[in-house]
Amino acid sequence: MSEASVSSPEPQPAAPAAEVRDVEVPAVEVRGVDKIFTGKKKATVTALEEIELTVAPGEFVSLIGPSGCGKSTLLRLIADLDTPSTGTITVFGKTARQARIDQEYGIAFQQAGLLPWRTVTANIELPLELHGVGSAARKARSAELLALVGLSDFADNYPDQLSGGMQQRVAIARSLAESPRLLLMDEPFGALDEMTRERMQTELVRICAETGAAVVFVTHSIPEAVYLSNRVVVMSPRPGRIRDILTVSLGSASERGEQLRENEAFFENVSKVRELLHGEAPVGIRGVETR
Amino acid sequence: MTPTPARTSNSRAPRGNATLTRIGFGIGGILLLVVVWELYKALGPATGVMIGDLTILPRTTDLAMPHVWDMIGRLFEDGGTGRNAVPVWLAVLRASVFSLGVAAVGWVVGVVVGLALAVLMQRFRTAESAVLPWIILSQTVPLIAIAPLVRRWGSQIEFGDFSWENWMSVAVIASYLAFFPVSIGALRGLNSPDTIHVELFRSYGIGWWKTLFTLRFPASVPYLLPALRLAAANAVIGTVVAEVSIGLRGGIGRMIIEYAQQASGDPAKTWAPIFGAVAIGLVAAGFIALLGVLLRRYRRGESPA
Repeated sequence: MSEASVSSPEPQPAAPAAEVRDVEVPAVEVRGVDKIFTGKKKATVTALEEIELTVAPGEFVSLIGPSGCGKSTLLRLIADLDTPSTGTITVFGKTARQARIDQEYGIAFQQAGLLPWRTVTANIELPLELHGVGSAARKARSAELLALVGLSDFADNYPDQLSGGMQQRVAIARSLAESPRLLLMDEPFGALDEMTRERMQTELVRICAETGAAVVFVTHSIPEAVYLSNRVVVMSPRPGRIRDILTVSLGSASERGEQLRENEAFFENVSKVRELLHGEAPVGIRGVETR
Repeated sequence: MTPTPARTSNSRAPRGNATLTRIGFGIGGILLLVVVWELYKALGPATGVMIGDLTILPRTTDLAMPHVWDMIGRLFEDGGTGRNAVPVWLAVLRASVFSLGVAAVGWVVGVVVGLALAVLMQRFRTAESAVLPWIILSQTVPLIAIAPLVRRWGSQIEFGDFSWENWMSVAVIASYLAFFPVSIGALRGLNSPDTIHVELFRSYGIGWWKTLFTLRFPASVPYLLPALRLAAANAVIGTVVAEVSIGLRGGIGRMIIEYAQQASGDPAKTWAPIFGAVAIGLVAAGFIALLGVLLRRYRRGESPA
């Protein structure tokens, strides 16, 4: 948990920049990753097995699967909040650790995780402040982000004065503060009610279109994954594996609006994901929330 | 999303009426105590209430229970002759200020030591295992036992113009009592940030020291304030008791003993330094309350998302 335990110098430096700039460097590249947790009495749990995944710059990829399929673990490995047992993970051609230190990604969790003693503005400015950005630049950036998430009127409020959905929007604004080219989101809308959730999804699609960031998005909601993503990675549990990857072709982010939820192609994709998840022919009524 | 009107931050402040009510109840509580005291004194048996040989309520003689107005009246008469020929209240005030000063030094030292230990234990799990039992054991040693030790060791410290004085021994003993709640409370507080906050700081690539000051200390305030309040109470008690065991003149502890020796002839006077000790406690508690107001920003709760 402490920073010091990982502060020893990284033995292998980041890949040479010149070499990787020529071809398009993937935002995330996961190669042959296993993750094995060792519990008490040497009992081991294989959380992830033989994971291969590439996320292109600007691409929106969802990880979906039942509880315990390791989707959050995979996200944590990409974020370098944990390290893989075998295999390699690179983020924009760098090691995951180097990418974290270089602030290549922004991250949002299921809980907003705002600091209660800071105002909305101060929360959004937190990463900038910690990295020594001047106060004028911080002010400008936070004003910009507040406008982006539609909370300009709440700049000086404290988190406990906001609803859950508003707190989550602040958290998303915070994750965007340093204009990362990669966003890592771990069920950011999981604790929200269905209506707020759909509104937040629409906003996220818009924000991604405006910022052009790649997104790795963990969810257990099929419609959410289909609505948001370019590709949906379907995972299966014990051990966590990628069962299949479905390319969703519902148009670019800017073309996705509320009406997409009523679209025939949308339902088709929902069915396909469900099929892959259950590993059998689709059952039940289309479009029904199966979280 | 239609923005709901934000509650203004001052909507939590009690309105004027509520404040008056609270003050009213506070005064009422004190008056109630006075009434109970006087009623029992008027109606209770002079020999006190006993069950078998066991006294469960005190005698009601003027010697054991002076009238409240006698106690107050005694404050405004002279305390004695010669050097002591000042009103009792002034003598008590001087002694209280002296003791409060010593207690404050003890409190500050105790808080610094307590925080340092908490930070050490937060940083190194092994330090927690090694140090925490000693911290708890330290509080089981009777104050009376360590007072002469501190005095003896202190008297051996001498360098340059500095020489150890008795009041410093008293302050050390006060800090010995004060550091304990701070170290325990601060350790809980420093460990209180959610995993999500700790991981967020890790994702920002922020080191341990900066995390300590931007995350752990602010998050520990709700745990720290009660600890500081306990430390203040402990520092006051430690000062008063240590003044007696070390024999330091000028403070409230010594005064309690001196006046108690005159109790047979002057029972109301005994109570004067006790009022002084209560006043010190109130000032200390008030200071912590003020600190709490200054730090109120760090005491907001985040409503669950």
